[in-house]
Amino acid sequence: MGTQAPAIRGPVPPSRWASVSPRRAPRPWLLLGLSTAVALVLVAPLAFLLFEAHGAGTSTIVHLIFRELTASLLWNTVRLTVVVTALCAVIGTAAAWFVERTDLPGRRVWAVLVVVPLAIPDFVVSFGWASLSTRVAGFQGAVLVMTLAVYPLVYLPVAASFRNSDPGQEELARSLGAGRLQTFWRVTLGQARVAILGGCLLVALVLLAEYGAFEILGYQTFTTEIFTEFNVSFNVPTASALSLVLVLLSLVVLSGEGLARGRGRLSRSGPLAQRAIRPHRLGRARLPALLGFAVLVGLALGVPIGSSVYWILRGGHAFLTGVSLLDATWHTALYSAIAAALSTTMALPVALLAIRHSGRGYLLLERSTYLVLAMPGLVIALALSYFTERYANGFLYQSAPLLVIAYAILFFPLALVGVRASIVQAPVGLEEVGRSLGRGRVSVLLRITLPLVSPGLAAAFCLVFLSAVTELTATLILIPTGVQTLSTQFWAYQQNLSYGQAAPFALAIIAIAALPSVVLGRFFDRLPSRGRPAR
Amino acid sequence: MPEVLFAMKRIHRPLLLTVLLVPVVALLAACGSSSSGPSKSITLYNGQHVQTTDTLVAAFERESGIKVNVRSDDEDTFADEIVTEGSNSPADVIYTENSPALEYLQGKSLLAPVDSTTLARTPSRFNSPQGGWLGVSARVSVLIYNPSLIKASELPTSVLQLAEPKYHGKLAIAAGETDFQPIVTSVARTNGRAATQKWLEGIKDNATSHIYPDNETISSQVNRGAVAFGVINQYYWYRMRAELGAGSIHSKIAYFAPHDPGYVIDVSGAAILKSSKNQSADQKFLVFLVSREGQEIIAHSLSFEYPIVPGVTTAAPETPFNELQPNSITIPQLGDGSTAIGLLREAGLL
Repeated sequence: MGTQAPAIRGPVPPSRWASVSPRRAPRPWLLLGLSTAVALVLVAPLAFLLFEAHGAGTSTIVHLIFRELTASLLWNTVRLTVVVTALCAVIGTAAAWFVERTDLPGRRVWAVLVVVPLAIPDFVVSFGWASLSTRVAGFQGAVLVMTLAVYPLVYLPVAASFRNSDPGQEELARSLGAGRLQTFWRVTLGQARVAILGGCLLVALVLLAEYGAFEILGYQTFTTEIFTEFNVSFNVPTASALSLVLVLLSLVVLSGEGLARGRGRLSRSGPLAQRAIRPHRLGRARLPALLGFAVLVGLALGVPIGSSVYWILRGGHAFLTGVSLLDATWHTALYSAIAAALSTTMALPVALLAIRHSGRGYLLLERSTYLVLAMPGLVIALALSYFTERYANGFLYQSAPLLVIAYAILFFPLALVGVRASIVQAPVGLEEVGRSLGRGRVSVLLRITLPLVSPGLAAAFCLVFLSAVTELTATLILIPTGVQTLSTQFWAYQQNLSYGQAAPFALAIIAIAALPSVVLGRFFDRLPSRGRPAR
Repeated sequence: MPEVLFAMKRIHRPLLLTVLLVPVVALLAACGSSSSGPSKSITLYNGQHVQTTDTLVAAFERESGIKVNVRSDDEDTFADEIVTEGSNSPADVIYTENSPALEYLQGKSLLAPVDSTTLARTPSRFNSPQGGWLGVSARVSVLIYNPSLIKASELPTSVLQLAEPKYHGKLAIAAGETDFQPIVTSVARTNGRAATQKWLEGIKDNATSHIYPDNETISSQVNRGAVAFGVINQYYWYRMRAELGAGSIHSKIAYFAPHDPGYVIDVSGAAILKSSKNQSADQKFLVFLVSREGQEIIAHSLSFEYPIVPGVTTAAPETPFNELQPNSITIPQLGDGSTAIGLLREAGLL
């Protein structure tokens, strides 16, 4: 246990045989160089957009932004984000509490079933609902569909937090005379606050960036409007200006989450406080709870999958030609795997530098890469597309490498989360032993650090792979000529109302994405690797 | 805890190797496949419906031995992309649903002239007067309506009535579709800019939440009873019927009054880019599009567009092309669509 490195504060050598102080160590030039390069690549699309928007002239931008349509888009985007985020917070937290803290029958099965919707792209959930009923449309349709599609983003971190938090505080509160409800509200939720906020942040960012689901539901947001603008006129200043509004909205969400979280406090009485949590007895609430879970899983999982199966069974004419399922699957897997490897590789130096070497600059470098979170896939794709076309003489334009690079940039924060988590866990002492035995930096990296963090690399790989497989918006723009991925071919069929032909592609996406989800579930389940709560 | 990690290390070492090796192998594979293409190939920017294009391309490839790489997207996107790409454009040929995108490119001097013998195969009123692009097929704008929500007698007979308050909440439009812009241009020609502006604002009020991204969505939503009626091109209704089967069709189409500004013929066309390095192959592709074989494919595929080469006709039940009574607006008058886009934008529909 003593080798547990603190999360943020950096490389305080925790073990007594760590004699080499990192402050005396030479500057990690290689890591620094690599990390700087990565950070520059990540921030480049944003810089490019700023440059283009600036070049367009203020009057054009003002004219574009300050018109009636912008106000209605803003209203649509904001109200949806607020309502869905709130709903996800309630549903995700409630589900996590029941699974982790009560004696709900079949908890292990529910724990898997409530997470699986993460593997279903939002546009497939949307398709599943909208193709069955015309009433799923507009604002209410968007609230329903998006809540069901993204609540796992709150569930996952909150469940992990419930699993690892200290039950002693709840007992203490009760013993001091707090009622059940008061204890739940002030202690249990208080402990999960950071996790809930983190989940809500992810939900809000997804909502700001979503395109496919809203297009199907006929709900206009900033992202759908930028896409239309891009379709009507492939126009740098227009799209850049609107994109910047979107980036600004994302930044507001990001900083809002930071403010609400405040200073993180360690909610643990001592290092040994982790122990088995005695589950709450549900008693008579058992049946309603079970019913609730059945309804949630039925709506979030049953409807999209059921609807896809329905359309396949119903058949329809082979109306449209397109690439085969096998071909699309191959390209999807290929691009996603390369992007995942690239993203993971890029995350490694940034995470190593921030965690293994002290220095405000290094942390700042790491933090700057989170700016990518504020850039929706559409914005990154447009920036890369314009850039290669206008300034790189068409080099890489409409090519597979550019699509892969876009994925790698877009999902870099996810890779960083995975890599970071396991570097924090890996005992720094082993590296120092290696170095004290005469091994060079590179040798230590390859022979000690990499094997130690390999679970984290695998998790990062899976996270990025999963996200790339389900990506639609950037893919539509950057797809190489003559190629289709599962999502673009699904989209082409869906747009032509060929539901019977679209459905197999939807199921293929779910099938491919489900596998890394399971691997991820296992990784994050093991991650704390402290005392496990009793099951 | 180190024990746990060591155990994980054993499990994950192969995975780590895979993670690191995948990009290398994949890149090698990608390089290998890209260098081994067929000797002769052209790239087509396709704004037309994929199924129409795919059938035509397959037949052309069989006949000519020239490979066609198809990239499909919205034609307005392509038009502006080509302008930005300039001499670096990967495209050789562009094939669109409507003429304005082609007129726009012609205006920017980015198109190579089409062989005059090819142009001579189709009626000259459907080609570019300057010879920069070739008309391939045609469609007509109509209303689609759901008889259980609105009676045929209650439908507007003129496109101008779409703005009347009695249609509030009943009308569906796809303002971003290239098919809607010619109607706007036509109304602006007959009634002037100011009146068109007012008309568009009325349409926006009436369409409420039924402003859809495309004609497919309009057709589907009217057919399912989500909205009473909408403006589409006739072939979307036939295509939907082919896809869903006649038993699932709960909608009908209705024509505007003869010569109404909304009764517009839209011409689909193709053009060769000046920057193309495969001019002779490009010309062959255009010849194929208006050849008897190409036109028969258009007439009998599930596209339901009207072929325009004399002597080739569509199958029933479509109203025969020569029985249509469209407005007199010409291709040059439809122009490059910029007037329509400007008006739509001012009305807040774009």
